[in-house]
This record gives sequence, C-alpha cells and structure tokens, in this order.
Amino acid sequence: MKGYAGKYLRVNLGQKKYSAEPLKGEVATKFIGGFGLGAYTLWNEIPKGTDPLSEKNVICWWTGPTAGTIVPASSKYIVAAKSPLTGIFGFGVCSGGFGAELKFAGWDGIVVHGKADKPVYILIDDDVVEFRDASHLWGKDAWETEDMIKRENNDESIKISVIGPSAEKLVKIACINTDKHRQVGRCGMGCVMGSKNLKAIAVRGSQNVEVADLDKLFEYCKAIHEGCQGKATEKYRVFGTPVNVMALNEMGALPTRNFQSGTFEFAEEVSGERMLKTHVRKVQACNACSIGCDHVTLARKESKYAGTVASMDYESLDALGPLCGIHDLDTIIQAVNYCDRFGVDTISAGVILAWAMECYERGILTKNDTDGLDMKFGNGDAMIEALRRMCMREGKFGNLLAGGSRNAARTVGKGAEKYAIQIKGLEYGMYDMRALQTATLGFATCITGAFYQRSGSYQYDTKGTVDRLKLDKTRGPLVSKGEQEYSIVDSLILCKFSRGLYKKMDDSAKIYELVTGVKMSGAELLAAGERIYNLARSFNVREGHGKRKDDYPPERAFEPLNDAVNKGSCIKRNEYDEALDSYYDSCGWSRDGVPTKAKLVSLGLDAAAQEVGV
Amino acid sequence: MAEQKVLGMRKVIVCDSEKCNGCQLCEYACSISKEKTTNPRLSRIRSVRIEPTFNMAVACRKCEDPPCKDACPRDAISVDEKIGIPKIDKNKCDGCGWCVMACDFGAIRLNVNDRTMVVCDFCDDNPKCVEFCPTKALKYETIDATGAGLSKKAVNRIVAELQEAAKKD
Repeated sequence: MKGYAGKYLRVNLGQKKYSAEPLKGEVATKFIGGFGLGAYTLWNEIPKGTDPLSEKNVICWWTGPTAGTIVPASSKYIVAAKSPLTGIFGFGVCSGGFGAELKFAGWDGIVVHGKADKPVYILIDDDVVEFRDASHLWGKDAWETEDMIKRENNDESIKISVIGPSAEKLVKIACINTDKHRQVGRCGMGCVMGSKNLKAIAVRGSQNVEVADLDKLFEYCKAIHEGCQGKATEKYRVFGTPVNVMALNEMGALPTRNFQSGTFEFAEEVSGERMLKTHVRKVQACNACSIGCDHVTLARKESKYAGTVASMDYESLDALGPLCGIHDLDTIIQAVNYCDRFGVDTISAGVILAWAMECYERGILTKNDTDGLDMKFGNGDAMIEALRRMCMREGKFGNLLAGGSRNAARTVGKGAEKYAIQIKGLEYGMYDMRALQTATLGFATCITGAFYQRSGSYQYDTKGTVDRLKLDKTRGPLVSKGEQEYSIVDSLILCKFSRGLYKKMDDSAKIYELVTGVKMSGAELLAAGERIYNLARSFNVREGHGKRKDDYPPERAFEPLNDAVNKGSCIKRNEYDEALDSYYDSCGWSRDGVPTKAKLVSLGLDAAAQEVGV
Repeated sequence: MAEQKVLGMRKVIVCDSEKCNGCQLCEYACSISKEKTTNPRLSRIRSVRIEPTFNMAVACRKCEDPPCKDACPRDAISVDEKIGIPKIDKNKCDGCGWCVMACDFGAIRLNVNDRTMVVCDFCDDNPKCVEFCPTKALKYETIDATGAGLSKKAVNRIVAELQEAAKKD
C-alpha cells in the first residue's frame, strides 16, 4: 500500500527499547490513520481503569496516509492517550512540519509505553532511534527546547514535538508544541508526556514518500491548491479566524465573562479586522499548505508587552480576551505567548481563568484563595499573573487552577461547580451555549469533552441552516453525520480549513485512492468514520463515562440569556432530551448513549460489541 | 534559451519575502517534477524560515564565475557560459560536498538516493516551483526586471500619495 510508510515505532521508555512494527494493511484501511489509528491503539492497548498519569497509560503519535504528500495542508499528526484532565479518550491534532517529517523518516506513527526513570527525548533519524538525556532541557520552555535540540544536533531541519515546563509539573491542561506556534492543544496530552519524563520527540527524515498515482495526484491537488487561493479559504488566509469575533458578537454568540453573556461591548477592539491592522506582522503557512492561516502577531511598542510574539486564532483570542473581560490585544498576545511557551491549552486556560474570575466576583473565591490577586473580570495584570502561576503550579492558587476547571471547582465547593463551564472535564470552546444550540449538542456529545472540532456542529447554527435558538429532533442526525465526516478528516489527516474545497466525501475518497492505491467510495470512507467514532465512544463506555448522564451541557446552558440580542434564550430541557434522543437514534446507540451490539458488529468492531455493546 | 553573459541579465528564481509564507510547496513541486517522488530533501529550491516572521526560498543564482565549479575536485561541474547554469556529471560526482560549501546560497544539495549532488536546471526555462507557488512569491526573471518592478512599485506609491493629497485639496 502506498502513502503509508507501512511501519510504526513502538517504544518502551522504562526499558529504553524500541522496535519497528508493521502497520497491517487491513488495520490501515479500516482505521485510515490519525484519529482512527489513535482510537485503535487506545482501545487495544490501554486496560480499563488505567490511571492516566501512571506508566501504564499509552501515548501515541499518528500521521495520516496523506502526510508528506502534495495533498494540501496534510502535514498533520494526532496525539492520543487516556486524558489526565478528563479521564476518558483524549486526543488532539497538530499541524506544522512534524507530521510530514515523521513520514519522510519512514514512520506512520509512534506508540509509547512505560516511563523513563529520568528526563529523555527521543531522536529519530530515519531508521536510527536514540534515547537522549534531556536533563539539561527539563524546565526549559517549549520554544527554547526546540532551539536547543536543533542546535545540539546541528540541524535546523529537525522537526520536534515538545512539552514546556507546565507538562513537566503535570498541569492537567498541558499541551504539546510543534514549530513553536502549533499545538496538540486539548485534553492534556502534554501532561501525559510529562508524566513519562518524555520531553520531546525530534525527527529528521530523508526518505521518499511514494504515492499510488503521482501524476494524477499532482494534477488533482494542483486544482485544490489553486482553489485554496479563492473564496472558500479567504477567511483563514486573509483575515484569520479572529474575524469570528465580530460575526459571533452580532449573533450574540461571543462567549463573554465566563459565558455569562454572548455579546462584548468592546468586541471591536479585539476584532480580527482591528488585529490585522495593528498587530499582525505576517501570515505564514504550515508545511505543504497553500492557505496559510497562521497570523503571527506582535505586541505594540507602546505596550508593556512590547516585542512579544504569538500566533493568534479566534479560540485563543476569545478565551483569553472577552471570556475574561479583557479587551487589550497586547495583553491577549502576552497570554497566548505564555500558553505556548509554558505549554498549556489556550482554550482551557481561558475558561479556567474566567471561572476563577466569576467565583471571585461572586465572593466564592477571596483574595486569600487567590494568593492576593484581584481576579476581577477585565483585570489584565491579574489574569496574566494567574496564568503564569497556573502554568508553573506556583502557590496555592496556581496549584488550584492547574488541576483544570472541574477539579478546581470540586476542591473549592460552595457552588463553584456551577461556574465551571466544562463537559466531561474538558473546558468549553468559544461558542455560546444558548445562542448556538446545535453546537451545544455537538459539544455535549463529543467523545473528548466539550470540543467543537469533532463534529463542526456550530456551522449549522452560524450559517443559519437551522433555528439556532432552539433544539429539536433534526439536530441529532446533523451532529452524528458531522462526527463521521470529521473523524475522516482527522484520520486522513486533512486540515479543516481546507474543507470548503472538498464538496463531498467522494473527493476525499479520490484523494485516498490516488495516495494509497486502495479504491474506496465516499460511503465506505464515511463508514470508516463511523467505525472510528464508535470505537472511541466504546473506550469511554468501558471507562464508565460514555453514557447519557455524561452528555449534558453545564447548568448555565439552561438559564436564560440576559443580553439585548437573544434575550431570554436558553436551552429547554425537553428540547435537549428530544435532540439527544435523535442523536442516539441516528448513531444506532441505546437511549442511554451506549453503542448497540448490532451496530458495533456491523462496523466490524466485534471485540467492542462483546465488551461494551448493549 | 537566451544567451546572456551578464549576470544581471540572466533570469533567476526571485522570491518576494513579503509574499512567501513558507509553505514549502516549491520543494514538493520540485521533487515531484525532477525526481518523480515526494521528498523535499531532493528539491533544488530550498524554503527557509527565519523565526518568527521571515520566509524566503533560495535556488541557484547562475553566478558569472561559479565557485561550485572551481571547488569540485573531480571536475564534475561544468557551466555553460552563455546561460550560466551549472551541470553536474553524475558519473564524475561522488557526493563529497565541496561544491555545497563553496556556494554562498546553499543552492546545491545531496540527492540522498543516488548520493550525487543536484542543482537547479531551471526546468528548460520554465521552473515548476515558480509555476506552482500558491502565493506567487516566486518569479523567474532577471535581476534587472526585479529592479524595474520595485522602481515601478515605489513610483506607484508616490502617485497614489499625490492623488490622495490632491483629493484632500
């Protein structure tokens, strides 16, 4: 089979041993790559009830068959492990050059078991694999570590998947960095690396990636690359995702002050349009991407953060901006810079800080609890300092926040749990729960916890194809179809920003065929997406967390909005239950949210059918 | 092919660093066109990023008196004076890499598959990287034309400013 390297690296950190294992053709075609192979690994290799921070947890890196080819924006990889933040299926997708480089080195993925006795990094140079001492890198931030690894190996072209000090200190929301500005952000995958004393994986590859039909793939992709210069990607290429700020604010869907409101009176000041004029220094691209969405921003000379650099996306901007009542772009740039260098997820960080701010304003947290910080909404200095302490687990307050919003709220008690805007332990993304209700169903049912990139269900609301201020039984099928499609995108792995260029699943199937030589229809590919999603769900069910009770949004979603826009809007419980039923029905699961034996068997997941199916 | 002895009048691959976003697709296009496989390390053009925000791609500059030719201990590199494109004789080249060290631009590379050196041949005056470049940062033109383009850009800016000023009056 072409496209795939045909082998993956299996590592045992405790024994400092590795082996090259074949990636079997039938596994590849059933689970495609990326997310699919991550689900396959987690299901097969992580025993039920494993403590995510114990050496028994398994963490894996997987590319897709398209990585290292001319397929647009295909240099991607996923990292999956049992999440220390949520205790369930955890994974994140990352761009940059690491995915393609791993493929050029001749590997589809890396599966890491065990724990090193002291800090190490793994250096992969084609077939040569070394365990390198990382004690001199321990404590260094993610950017510095990247530079140091390149320097000590005398090669700028090395690509690195690396953690910062937050992951070493087991901050639950720790992320993994690549190329400085790109992250495996969600679910605390960095924290798992930290728990294994694995500072980084560095890779250099010099081998060819062969595809099944190079000439046809070249022509096919050339057209898509040209399309990437058109209308379908203009939002990402020209304005960057922060253009969402004004669009969502007008819809009353811009999460503000810990999701209390969907409009922000200072939205204009932190808008993508404004940022483009005053702070964007350059728009860059990842490897093999002709869109180029990376808006590198620079804090202004006159600000106290002068010279600070950060890559700015909408989610980070809103989470560390309006969500915390902040309307100063320089402060937001500094906050994102801290998140990237110390190595934590910007979305989770913002939601945790906003939770603390609301608790502080409501008197649940006092200055005594915050180690003296005046955590009022809009206090940029306090936010930046609290963020730093969380990242470094400094003091009582820093340690409280470092556990994630669910843990922190449980520790505080006194009703604080109500203000932790999370589902299954994962902090909510930047789409208002009451103003975009199909999105909320997608967030709530998502296998990793509250995330928008597993189904893209917010699009039905923002594009106006449904009434976004109510729920009904038409929404379930929309969400489950989105999950199947996105599972494929995350397995091939393609960039979601290029999704406008692929009109239907058959286009993606065509890419798969030209790359691998395996003929597959769009419907077959979609079925693989369903298989992958069902296996990930089964993993959660096996852990005792994948049932109906886990698929509800936070309390706040059911309380009426008090904004001028969408005034009085909220999710009605009966409508939510109806929509949730329709979701389970369209998935072929029981009304308790558990995949049925028949469904799992029909997808070729016999072991899962036996273990968890009903 | 145009016969040009003067360096400034030879067409070279010019990269506008303002437009270049570092996507490396020039490297992919080159390796596919020249080696019939995907491997950016086989590309004759190299994409360079200086963090945080500077991007540029570099290929052979068609030097008038090319140091790569002089550096080769096996006389494997010949240069047609009329067009300035270095040619590497694969039978003579043993991949020692002295040419790489001699070139100011790092424009010569090792083909890791056959272990000989490779350099841009400008695809019969129609470079595939230029054709593929999604942001149109790459151009195949003479330095003189690049200069003329920049002059025109500067003058255009003045014209626009004058027009703007006239509107205000």
